[in-house]
Amino acid sequence: MNWHDHLPAFLVMIPLLGAFLTPFVASWGKLVRNVFFVLFMALTLVVGISLCTATFDGRVLVYVMGGESFSLTLPSGMSYPIRILFEIDGFGSLLILCISIAAFAGALFSINYMDRFSGWKRFMSLYFLMTAGALGMSATGDLFNFFVFVEISSIASFGLIAFWRDKPESLEASFKYMLISQVAAMLLLLAIGSLYGKYNALNMGALASMLRAGTLERISLALIVSVLAFKCGAFPMHTWMPDAYAETPSGVTCLLVTVSQASFYGLIRVCYSIFPALTQGGTVGWILIVLGCMSMFFGVLMAVVQHEIKRLMGYHSISQVGYMLLALGVGLLALGNRNDIAAYGLTAMKGGLFHVMNYSFYKGLLFLCAGALYYATGTRDLDKMGGLARNMPWTAGMFVIAAAAISGLPPFNGFVSKWMIYESSFVVHPLLPALAMITSVLTLASFVKVFQAAFLGPAKEKFVAVREVPYGMLAGMAILTVMTLLLTLFPGWFMGNLFENAARALLDHQGYIRAVMGGI
Amino acid sequence: MTDSIVKTTSDFAGNAAYVVVALLVIMALYSILTQKNLIKICIGIAVLGSSVNFFLVLLGYRQGGIPIYYLGGAEKAMVLPTPQCLTLTAIVIALATTALMLSLVILIHKHYGTMNVDEIRRLRG
Amino acid sequence: MKPLSVVVTSVCDLFAWFMIVFGVYVINNGHNTPGGGFQGGAIVATFLSFMLVAYGGKRFWAWVHEGVYGFLEFVGLVAFFVFGCLGFPNSFFYNSVSIPEGGKVLSEWLPYSGTISLMNVAVGFEVVGALSLVVIYMYGSLRMIDTGAGMGGERGHDRFDR
Repeated sequence: MNWHDHLPAFLVMIPLLGAFLTPFVASWGKLVRNVFFVLFMALTLVVGISLCTATFDGRVLVYVMGGESFSLTLPSGMSYPIRILFEIDGFGSLLILCISIAAFAGALFSINYMDRFSGWKRFMSLYFLMTAGALGMSATGDLFNFFVFVEISSIASFGLIAFWRDKPESLEASFKYMLISQVAAMLLLLAIGSLYGKYNALNMGALASMLRAGTLERISLALIVSVLAFKCGAFPMHTWMPDAYAETPSGVTCLLVTVSQASFYGLIRVCYSIFPALTQGGTVGWILIVLGCMSMFFGVLMAVVQHEIKRLMGYHSISQVGYMLLALGVGLLALGNRNDIAAYGLTAMKGGLFHVMNYSFYKGLLFLCAGALYYATGTRDLDKMGGLARNMPWTAGMFVIAAAAISGLPPFNGFVSKWMIYESSFVVHPLLPALAMITSVLTLASFVKVFQAAFLGPAKEKFVAVREVPYGMLAGMAILTVMTLLLTLFPGWFMGNLFENAARALLDHQGYIRAVMGGI
Repeated sequence: MTDSIVKTTSDFAGNAAYVVVALLVIMALYSILTQKNLIKICIGIAVLGSSVNFFLVLLGYRQGGIPIYYLGGAEKAMVLPTPQCLTLTAIVIALATTALMLSLVILIHKHYGTMNVDEIRRLRG
Repeated sequence: MKPLSVVVTSVCDLFAWFMIVFGVYVINNGHNTPGGGFQGGAIVATFLSFMLVAYGGKRFWAWVHEGVYGFLEFVGLVAFFVFGCLGFPNSFFYNSVSIPEGGKVLSEWLPYSGTISLMNVAVGFEVVGALSLVVIYMYGSLRMIDTGAGMGGERGHDRFDR
């Protein structure tokens, strides 16, 4: 038995086993509990990284759950796959890498951050389940299974958003998120069901190989695109995002960011790999571009006026999701036309995918820094903070790196990905990069404000006793800082091995079908 | 394999069930969007889930198909039980969400003393 | 919650046990008849809500031990995971102990459907535990409101404000 072949199964098994064992282990004391938590997250990270390296050469990994052999996608006599199967290509492994690193950093951070609260058993279980759901969403090759993983991660996140159940704000945020998420999930199931009714298949590759343009497909595509755009926080239904991000414990917010990235993964996967016949005309591409521009611009406008640090960052998340939607929408416009792809499509997609990774690391880092400030000072209101750079030098330093990266200051990774998006969207319409640059400037302004309000200025008497946060929290932040710096220092390596590969995997939808259906 | 989910146009009786599904979905969305009481919103979500389950069960019906359990005899054609599996999974998920949602409503009622959505507005824009 | 009249309690005494037997039947025959772990487990778990409605809160709390249901849930989940791992040389969840057409019976104790019915039993345990805990916690949160006491052995989360 070759362990390397079973990695896609381990990806979901390890966090699930962690969630199942938690109630048993958590009663053995603090040290055992913490070691167990970090160990299982580290194992998940190892599996994630090895999966990612396995797809560097453009391979598509397929794993059949319950099959006679892990790679037997078509059992005897069947013309399409009936089992649940995992299909991981370059794009999926990119998301898996982001999620597993963010989950590991969030877990390290939470060990100290959540130490003074009870309810650890539930916290750890839900955290493991949420990780498993998010990883499953980006690994699965089956539409219904995608829905199940969406629900696993969202139900776990409802529980974690309402974790401080004696705070009415967090209950309210959780209820709001639950309402939007449930309506979205049920409409998603309706769309998946109608596709099943017509084609008798739920597998993404099999559906993609059979799909023809028609009314039912258009309705399903419209439902799926709108639902997943809501779930990843695009403009008209963004209201859950700042509330949920602000009220969740900070270590979890770092993971919640990547869970919304996984919804974004589903959106892009559906547009590029399953429905290329319908999305090639440009309509869906323009819808994504308009949604992206609106989220980008309105998100940052609302962020500028906020005074609460985590709500401010929540609004910035909306605007960052806008960049990715813009980039992948531009890529969708070029889909199907080889000259357009060479001219601007590939650059836009590479920029967008680069931004996906950048966003999950620097945004997670920003939320962890906000959590560290909250832990040290006990307030989230920017007006009440001040002069903390002397007390918390490490947090201040890492915050500067993250803020520079998100505002797209030149040496940092945010600049590279944003520049690629500007460059490629300029070909489509000159107004798009102008809007994106205005957004970027406003982002910079707002983070200068945050830095000035929280870290600079005269020391306040109230905060004289404030010390640097414990080592576990610093370690969690340091992992994300190191990742941000690596992306800054070696963009070429990441571009060549990860983003180029992921963009090519998205464009090659025949390859995605072939991995499941054989030589059709 | 090739039959479409909506049967021929003149066959109203065959399509009536889909009309019921559509009506249920619209009713559920209406109650979620317009009602002010948290419990009524929860009922809306539950009805939405049930209507989707109803839809999935309907998809499993194929004219002349044989359920998989009775596949002992000479006949080797069967209807795949996939829609039933989907419905079961969706029911389990809907149950979990409903329980969690009602628990949240209990806690919200404890904090605010009201079920009216308009009065529960601590988080604003 | 106050106890109901003697009519309700005697009907409960009579039928609650049949519910459990029926639930176990549904769990055990899940692999070849309609039903299975979740459905049977849900039927068994109604036992607790029967007790609560008929006998009221006081008897309910004297009766219930949370740890038992937590343990049931834990056992079910871990057993499910182990049965999934049994198929490992082939793939996760592969039905390795099932008896193929015309094959040899490995052991008389193993059901013909292999891991499917074993998993049904595991899921049954899990669902009995989990749904009973849902009833306990939801009723417990009502009690928490009435008395202001903590629930589920938690110390209560502090507000984290200085």
